[in-house]
Amino acid sequence: MAELRLDWDKVDQARAAAAEIARDTEEKLSAYTTVTVERSVARLFGVDELDDHEVPLPNRLVEVLEEKNLLGHGTAYFIGRAAIGHGLNPQEFAQAVAGGQLDPARLRPVDPFELKLWIDDAAGKSMAKIRANRLHREQELDKYGEHEGPLLYVIVATGNIFEDIVQAQAAVKQGADIIAVIRSTGQSLLDYVPYGATTEGFGGTLATQENFRMMRAALDEAGAKAGRYIRLCNYCSGLCMPEIAVMGALERLDVMLNDALYGILFRDINMQRTLIDQRFSRMVNGAAGIIINTGEDNYLTTADAYEQAHTVLASQFINEQFAKAAGMPEEQMGLGHAFEMDPKLPNSFVYELAQAQMARQIFPHAPLKYMPPTKFKSGNIFQSHVQDTLFNMVSVLSKQKIHLLGMLTEAIHTPFMSDRALALENARYVARSMADFSDDVEIKEGGMMEQRADLVLTEALQLLQNIRANGIFRTLAEGEFAGIRRDPDGGKGLEGVVYQEEAYYNPFIKLCQDEEAEIMAGFLEKRKEGQNE
Amino acid sequence: MNKADPAAKKRIQADLSRLKPYGDTMNDGKVQLSFTLPVPDDEKGQEAARQIILSMGLSDPIITWHQALEDNFTFYVGYGSLEKSIDYATIHVETVDVEIMSMEETNDFIRRHFGRKLKVIGASTGTDAHTVGIDAIMNMKGYAGHFGLERYKMIDAKNLGSQVRNEDFIRAALDFKADVLLVSQTVTQKNIHVQNLTELVELLEAERLRERFILIIGGPRINHELAKELGADAGFGPNKYADDVASYFCKALLERKEAGR
Repeated sequence: MAELRLDWDKVDQARAAAAEIARDTEEKLSAYTTVTVERSVARLFGVDELDDHEVPLPNRLVEVLEEKNLLGHGTAYFIGRAAIGHGLNPQEFAQAVAGGQLDPARLRPVDPFELKLWIDDAAGKSMAKIRANRLHREQELDKYGEHEGPLLYVIVATGNIFEDIVQAQAAVKQGADIIAVIRSTGQSLLDYVPYGATTEGFGGTLATQENFRMMRAALDEAGAKAGRYIRLCNYCSGLCMPEIAVMGALERLDVMLNDALYGILFRDINMQRTLIDQRFSRMVNGAAGIIINTGEDNYLTTADAYEQAHTVLASQFINEQFAKAAGMPEEQMGLGHAFEMDPKLPNSFVYELAQAQMARQIFPHAPLKYMPPTKFKSGNIFQSHVQDTLFNMVSVLSKQKIHLLGMLTEAIHTPFMSDRALALENARYVARSMADFSDDVEIKEGGMMEQRADLVLTEALQLLQNIRANGIFRTLAEGEFAGIRRDPDGGKGLEGVVYQEEAYYNPFIKLCQDEEAEIMAGFLEKRKEGQNE
Repeated sequence: MNKADPAAKKRIQADLSRLKPYGDTMNDGKVQLSFTLPVPDDEKGQEAARQIILSMGLSDPIITWHQALEDNFTFYVGYGSLEKSIDYATIHVETVDVEIMSMEETNDFIRRHFGRKLKVIGASTGTDAHTVGIDAIMNMKGYAGHFGLERYKMIDAKNLGSQVRNEDFIRAALDFKADVLLVSQTVTQKNIHVQNLTELVELLEAERLRERFILIIGGPRINHELAKELGADAGFGPNKYADDVASYFCKALLERKEAGR
C-alpha cells in the first residue's frame, strides 16, 4: 500500500522511551527467579510425568527445593550435583526427591568446575532437540513455500483434544494456515501444567505436552495432504509462561501467545512474577523460532477502540522492547492489534485502516497479529459476517501477517465446523478479489488517515513518556491500560518469586540467547535479499 | 380492475391463534436452516439433509447449498415450511416489568427514596474469564450509548472483574455492604453457568444471606425466567443495559424497604 507519511521522529522517541521502560523493569527484576522458571529448567533437562499423587514431577522437585530454601541456587545446580554425585539422571533425581528417598540438601559435594561442565553439556543436548525442531520447520516452509497475503488463523476449542483434531484437520482442508487450540478457561491461573491427553475443558482444551504432540502430528498429516506447512498455536500466558514455552519448543509449536501485560490486566497475575516469567519464556520462544503473539487487542475489549487506540501502540512498543531484551528477532514478534471500533461510528473503517497501516509501517519486520471484531458482535450472525468482511478488507489492504478470522457466531458459541469454513471462505474471497488493490492506490497527503495515525502516534508517545517517568509498575497501578488498575504486590503468584543466590545458574539463558543470535543473523540475511530484489 | 377483494385482504392478516413463521406470504411458514451432517458431499447426503428437514416437521424441504467441509462432513443450507402452528395468546413469559428511568431519573429516585448512595457489586464469577457483560453494565462508559453504573452519581459501583470465586464474591459483597449483587456469565459450555449460579444461590442461602441482597444475573444465555428458576431476583439477557438494571433494582429495593424487610 502507498504508505502513510508518519513523523518518524516521534516513532524514534517512542521507541527510545519504551526501551528505557523495558530496561528499567528488567533491572528491577533481574535478581529474581520464579518457581515456574525453575520448573522450566527441570523440564528442559527432561523432568516430566506425575508423582504418585498425580502432581507433576517438576512441581514436586521445585516445591521441595523451595521448602528447604534451596531454590535460589536454581534447579540446574541440584540436577547437576545429583547426576555427578549420585549417578541419577534428572528424571530419576526428581522421582527420588518426590518420593522422599533423597534430600536435595544432602547431596554429595562435587567439584564446581566439573559441575558446570556437566550442566552446560546436558543443557546443550536439550537445546539441540529444540534446534532440530526449528530446522525441521524451516525445511518444511522451504519445501512448501508460503502464499501471498495474511496467514489465516482459526481456533478450535471443543475441550476434547480428539474432537479438536477433527475440527483442525477440517479447517486445514478449508484453507487455514494457523490452528490455535484455545485453552480451557482458568488454565492461566493454574501454577502447574496438567499432564497427558485431555478430553474435558471449558471453552477450550487444556494445554498439555501430550495434547501439543497429538495436534502437531495431526497438523503435519493434514498439511502434507494439503501441500502446506500448518502452524500450530497455543498459549504460554498465565502462571506457567516459561514451562509452556518449553513444551511448545519441544513439540514444535510455531506460534505462542506470550504477554505478561495481558496476564496482569485480564487475569490479575502479579506483575513482578509474570514479568520475570515472561523474560525467560521469550528467550525459549525466541530460541525455538516460535512467533509470539501479544495481547494488546484485548485492551480494546474493555476500553474504547477509538479513544484508547494509543494504548495499543504504546504497549506494542513496550512489548517489542521486552522481546528485544530477551534476544528475540523482530520477525518473531507478533504484536497484537484489533478491529474493535463501534460500527455505529462514522468512518470507523477509515480509522481502522489508518491504524492498521500505521502499525505495519512502525513494525515493518514484525508479523503483526490482527484480531477481528468481537466487542460489537451480537447474535445477529448475518451482520456479524459483514463486520468480519470489513475487517478482512483492512487486513488485506494493510498487509497484516497473522490474520485471526472472525466468526459469524462470535457472540454465541465456540465455532461450529461450518462457522470456520464460512470465515475462511470470506477471508480468501477478500484476499483474492483485493489482492493488488492496495498497491494501486495512494493515501491522501494530510488526509483523514494520516491525521488519525499522527494523533494516535502522538498520544502513544505521550503515554510512553509518562510511563518512563513513573515506571511500569505505577502505570499499571494507575489503570493506564484497558482502564484496569493492578497493585504491584497484588494478584496471583507473588509467592512464587525467589531471590537468586550468588551461585544461581540457569544454563539455558546463554544457550537461548546464542540460538536467537543465530536466528537473527538468518533473518538479517533475508532482509538484505528482500531489499535487493 | 376490481377493487381488492376482502377475502384477499383477510389472507394477509396474521392469525395469532395459529401463528407461523413469515417468509413473504402470510402463513407460508418459511424457515431458513443451515447445518452440517457427518456424511460425504454427494446425492445421498443431500437426500439425507432433505429428510432431516422433513423430520423437523417442515414441508417442502429444499437444499439450496451443499459444500464439503471435510471428506465426511458436509454443510447444507436449506428451507422448509412449518406445518404446525402455535397459539400466541396462550404464551406467558416472565419479564422484568418496570418503567425504565434515565440516569438522572434514577439518581433522583435514589435521593428521594433512600437518601444515600446504593451500593452495587458485580463480577463475572466462576471460571468465566469474560468481562464484556459486567463491563457493559458497570463501566463508566457503558455500552451502546447507555452509561454504566459507575457513572451514576447516586450509585457506588464496584466491579470485581472476571474469574471471581463465589465464596470470594460473597465475602467482598459483605465487606462492601452491597445492596445489589450483579453476576455476569458470558461464555459457557455444557451449561456450566447454571451450575455456577446454582452454587452461588446455595452458598447465599446456607449463610442465610440470600434475603440481604437483590441478586441479578445477566448474560447472553440468561433471561428473567431462568433467573427466577435459579433463585435470583431478576435476569437480563442481550440488549439490556445499565438503565434497565438500575431501574429494576431501585424499584425492587424500594419495595423491600416499604415491606419493612
